[in-house]
Amino acid sequence: MKRDNNAKRGSNAKRFVLKGGTIVDSRGERRAEVAIEGGVVVEVGEALSGDAIDAGGAVIAPGFVDLHAHLREPGKEEAETIETGSRAGAKGGYTALVAMPNTDPPQDSVAVVDFVREQGRRAGLVEVVPSGCITLGRQGEALAPMAELAAAGVRIFTDDGNGVQDELLMRRAMEYGRGLDVTLAQHCEVATLTKGAVMNECQCCTTLGLPGWPAVAEELMVFRDIELARITGARVHFLHLSTARSVDLVRAAKRDGLPITAEVTPHHLSLDETRLMSFDTVYKVNPPLRSPRDIAALRKGVLDGTIDALATDHAPHPRRDKELSLDQAPPGMLGLETALGVALGVLEIDLPHLVRIMSINPARIAGIEARHGRDIEPGAPANLVVFDPNITWQVAPDELASKSRNTPFVGMTLRGRVRHTIFGGDFTVLDGEAQR
Amino acid sequence: MKHLRSIPELGADGLTRLLELTNHMVEVNRRPVPKVPALRGRTVVSLFFEDSTRTRLSFETAAKRLSADTMTFSVSTSSVNKGESLRDTVETITDMGVDAFVVRHKSAGIPWQISDWTTAAVVNAGDGWHQHPTQALVDCFTVREARGCERFDGLTLTIVGDIKHSRVARSNIAAFSMLGAQIVLVAPPTLLPPDVAHWPVTVSHSLDDVVGRTDILYMLRLQSERMSQGHVPNLREYSERFGLDARRLAMLPSDAVVMHPGPMNRGVEMLIDPSALPNSLIHRQVANGVSVRMAVLFDLLAGESSAGNLREVAP
Ligand SMILES: [Zn+2]
Ligand SMILES: [Zn+2]
Repeated sequence: MKRDNNAKRGSNAKRFVLKGGTIVDSRGERRAEVAIEGGVVVEVGEALSGDAIDAGGAVIAPGFVDLHAHLREPGKEEAETIETGSRAGAKGGYTALVAMPNTDPPQDSVAVVDFVREQGRRAGLVEVVPSGCITLGRQGEALAPMAELAAAGVRIFTDDGNGVQDELLMRRAMEYGRGLDVTLAQHCEVATLTKGAVMNECQCCTTLGLPGWPAVAEELMVFRDIELARITGARVHFLHLSTARSVDLVRAAKRDGLPITAEVTPHHLSLDETRLMSFDTVYKVNPPLRSPRDIAALRKGVLDGTIDALATDHAPHPRRDKELSLDQAPPGMLGLETALGVALGVLEIDLPHLVRIMSINPARIAGIEARHGRDIEPGAPANLVVFDPNITWQVAPDELASKSRNTPFVGMTLRGRVRHTIFGGDFTVLDGEAQR
Repeated sequence: MKHLRSIPELGADGLTRLLELTNHMVEVNRRPVPKVPALRGRTVVSLFFEDSTRTRLSFETAAKRLSADTMTFSVSTSSVNKGESLRDTVETITDMGVDAFVVRHKSAGIPWQISDWTTAAVVNAGDGWHQHPTQALVDCFTVREARGCERFDGLTLTIVGDIKHSRVARSNIAAFSMLGAQIVLVAPPTLLPPDVAHWPVTVSHSLDDVVGRTDILYMLRLQSERMSQGHVPNLREYSERFGLDARRLAMLPSDAVVMHPGPMNRGVEMLIDPSALPNSLIHRQVANGVSVRMAVLFDLLAGESSAGNLREVAP
C-alpha cells in the first residue's frame, strides 16, 4: 500500500511558473506570475522564466485550510480513508485539513495522533493536521492528556461529535489549555435537549412528526463557553454555528474583545430545514439544517466578519448507513469538493474576503499559519490553489474523489471551480484532475 | 393513486373517493362469504418494524377478503441494522414479486424512503409521530356512518391527549379539516408540537373548558414513557386534567360521540368503563378497519381493470 514517495518528491525540484492569473491574499488582489521551485515560491513578478502553467483568468491564492474534516481513519475506512479524504480535499483546493478526533480509537493519545499525521504524510496530498480530544474517549468525563498531545504537535482540541457537557470539566479544559497556548473547539450541543432529535425544531418538524432539535441547544453552550472564555482567558473556537442567535452571541463576545473565533459550514449557508420534507437522510446533519432566517443571519455573520472561517464538517458515510430510517441514519454530509462552489454560489463576497475565510483565518486558528494561508511572496511554502471564480458547474456524484457519496449538493448549480492545487510545490490537482 | 403515505398527499378528492369505496367494501363484508376475487394473483406484504398485531391483522384480513396473497415480514429494527440496510431489505422483498408494501415503523418518513427503492405500492400503516392515514380514513368513515352526513361542516372534533407524539392526531387533523370540521386540541403544552400555531386548529389546555362544546370527543392513548421523559409529572395528575370521567361525560352534549384509536389505557385517559359510554364509536372504529383497508388496497392494486373489478364487489 505504501506509495513511492521518492518518485513524487522528484517533481517539485523543477521550476514552473503560474501565468495569467490574479494573486489574492491578505494584501488584496494583483496580477502577477508566480514561480515555484523546490516546494517554495521563489519569484513573483512579470515575464518569469520556467515551464508555464496556465492560470489565465484564474485566482492564485494560498491553499484552502479546512478546520473541520472527518477523515474516518482509523476505524471507519469503509466511509473514507485519510488518503481518499486528502484527495477529496485536494480536488476542493485544500492544502491542509484538520482531522476531527471522533475516530476509533479516538485521537486522545499521542499514538493515534501520530498515526493520523503519518497517514496524511504517506498520502502526501494535503497536510493532515490532527486535532486532539478534549476528554478521554470523547466521553466528557476526564481530560485527555492535553499537554502530551500539545507536545506532540496538537494545536486544536475538540470532542467534535459531542459537546463537552460538564461545565466544570470545560472550565478546567480551558484553564489547562490556556497554559498550553492551544485552541479549544466546541461542538455546541446541550445533549439533553437533543435526545432523539432529527431536524430543526420548527413548523416543518411539527407537521412531519420528526423529533425537533431546538436552536437553544446550541445557543446555551455558545453562551456558556463565551462566559467560560471570559473568566479563563482561553482561546475558544465554535464549530459549525447554525443559528441566528449564536451569531449574535459571538458578535457580542468579539465586541468585548474575547479570544473567540467561529466557523460555518457550506450546507448551513445554503440549505434549509424544508429539505427534510423529502425524508432523504442525506439532509440529516448535526447541527441540523435551520430556517431561512438563520441562513440569512449566518451569511451576514460571514460578511461582517463575526464568522471567521468556512469549514466543511465533511462527514462521509457509506451507502448502507444512510439507507436507514431517519432516526437511525448517522448525521453528516460531504463537503470538501463542493465548499468553494457553494460559498461563491450563495455569498456575495469579494475574493480577498473569500480567501480570508477559506485559507488565512483557518490557518491561523489551526496554528499552521507558518505553512498555510500565507501571502504569496518569495520564500512562502508553495501551498496554493488556482481557481476559476466564475465557472458554474453541477456535482456529478460519480466524479467525487471521496469514498462516500452522501452529498446534498447534487442538482445545485455551484459557482467557482478549482483548476490546480499545489501542495509542497507539487500538483495534487492539475486542470481539475487529481494527479495521484 | 400510486401510494397511500399521508392524508395531505392523498388530498380531499382521494379521501372522498376512498370513503365512497369503503361503502362498497362494507357491503361485501355483510355477505355470508365476505370474499371477492378482485385482487387475485396480487401479493401484499406487511413490513412491520414495530409491533402492532391489530393493524397488521386488519390489513391482512382486508387483503385476504380481496383474494390477494399475503406475506408477513416482522423485523426488529436492530436486525436490519446488522449489516443490511433498510434498502437491501426492501429490494430483496421486491425481488420476490410483491405488489404492495404495508409498512409500520417508529421513524417518520419510512414510506417515502421505501417508495424510492421499490416499484410496488406503499401503504403507510404508521410512521413514527407522522401519519397513519388508514386510521384517519377509518375515523372519518365511522363519523360519516354515525352522523349520516358526508361532510363535517359545523362539527367540532376535539382531540385530547398526546398530540405531539401522535400520528393519529396528525392524520385526523388533516382529514377532518378537509371534510370541513373545526378542530380543537386539548393537551398540556408539553404534549403539543413546537409550532402548532400554524395548524388549522384551536388549542386549549383545559378539557373542562371545551368538553361542553364538542361533537366528536377523540381521546388519545397516553404512553407511560411520557412520564419518565418529563412530559407529565405523573399519570394521576394527567388523568385528573385530561381523562374522561363521569363528570366530564355528563358535560358532553347529548348527541356527541366518543372515539379512541386503541389500545385504550383504562384508568389513564379513560376513567369510566367504555362499554358504559352512551355514544361510543370505539367498536365501530375497529369494525370499519377492515372495510377501509380493503378500499385502500383495491384502489391501489386493482389497476386498469378497476372499473370491471368494482362491478365484482358492487352490490
Ligand atoms: Zn460537530
Ligand atoms: Zn464534525
